[in-house]
Amino acid sequence: MAKEIKLLGTWASPFSHRIELALKLKGLQFQYLEEDLSNKSQLLLQSNPVHKKIPVLIHNGNPISESLLIMEYIDETWQHQNPLLPKDPYGRAAARFWAKFIDEKVLWTAFKAYNDKGKEQEDAIEEFSQQLKFLEEELKGKEYFGGERFGFVDIASFFILQFLRVLQEVKEAELMTEEKYPVLFEWMEKLQGNEVVAGCLPPREKHVAYVRARRAAAEEAASKTKAA
Amino acid sequence: MADEVILLDKWVSPFGMRVRIALAEKGIKYEYRDEDLRNKGELLLKMNPVHKKIPVLIHNGKPVCESNIIVQYVDEVWHDKAPLLPSDPYLRAQARFWADFVDKKIYDTGRKLWTTKGDEQKSATEEFIGYLKTLEAELGDKPYYGGEKMNYVDVTMIPFYSWFHTYEASGNFSIESHCPKLMAWAKRCMQHESVSKTLPEPEKNYEFVLQMKKRLGIE
Repeated sequence: MAKEIKLLGTWASPFSHRIELALKLKGLQFQYLEEDLSNKSQLLLQSNPVHKKIPVLIHNGNPISESLLIMEYIDETWQHQNPLLPKDPYGRAAARFWAKFIDEKVLWTAFKAYNDKGKEQEDAIEEFSQQLKFLEEELKGKEYFGGERFGFVDIASFFILQFLRVLQEVKEAELMTEEKYPVLFEWMEKLQGNEVVAGCLPPREKHVAYVRARRAAAEEAASKTKAA
Repeated sequence: MADEVILLDKWVSPFGMRVRIALAEKGIKYEYRDEDLRNKGELLLKMNPVHKKIPVLIHNGKPVCESNIIVQYVDEVWHDKAPLLPSDPYLRAQARFWADFVDKKIYDTGRKLWTTKGDEQKSATEEFIGYLKTLEAELGDKPYYGGEKMNYVDVTMIPFYSWFHTYEASGNFSIESHCPKLMAWAKRCMQHESVSKTLPEPEKNYEFVLQMKKRLGIE
């Protein structure tokens, strides 16, 4: 039976990039469908009625949502090459922990650190710096978060941190620097040098322009709300 | 060599309750330690330096943090008894999706019910009922989210039953009137000793929240 795999994603989303990479690492053929989030397709709305978000993986007509869960599904369904998670329960728990930390803490704190103002921004900057220190400590002495080979946490965090570097460029800030986080930067360079990984990143200039435009629109909308 | 299992927890925490239920379902012996969260102990801070939160499971000296991650760990280590996740990858993905939904929606929105007033509370109440209805729809006519037996999703959600009275009293609404099937499911789960011995009395929970509100200066 032919396996049919579809990925609903968007070119700018780090969550989407994760799934592209996971599928490529497993050597899988898939159909990529670019979603317009301002005009969501029927397929997306039917496949993810609860959250209506990308990415969504559709495997033989069955939809799976939430990028980290999709990655686990891919890993469990196609076990033949490039395992993403370790086999031992403790290693798996640790991997899930760090991926969750990135998604639920680092990303949101970083948004505040780059976008907020005043005391809220100051607090977020401090928290973000502490979070990056935790990541730096976790990575120290290892080739990758996954050990000798990159895996679940590397995939989860790489695209998010690359996205944050784009945001950093747009905001002309210097919260993440090579001086402060040499281990993280060395690891990012290593992954950027990997053809398969780099192939999942959008062109830098295009990404910067896109994030710049979205930030401008968000700031304009926020000032209109204040004025109203 | 016997396993040494310690659980750092707080009796009222729905997150901690998930772990206690999972351990009880699997018949695992462990040492329970109720933590003082206003004066966090050295062991908690050492075992969960990133979040400094309970629950933390310490298995043979090694910490596992984040309740849903702990429950999956427990399920994988003690896989031969009362499996909480199905073996089929697609069904596992669905179970994880719903546990993730509970995690993302129920606690935070529920918290707004007893920390806000007026319009904010009203809209939080509507949002909360909406999430419960979504969960009720997913349950359908099944006795449990796991079908004939409780599974990962049941374990993730049932602790909030001990918080229902607190939510209802705060938001001045009846969960039963909106979600009768969900209430029936909760009572069904409560017939399991692993659940009934873990969940505190709803009144105790409400008293705790009232005390906390006083301390936090919330009316």
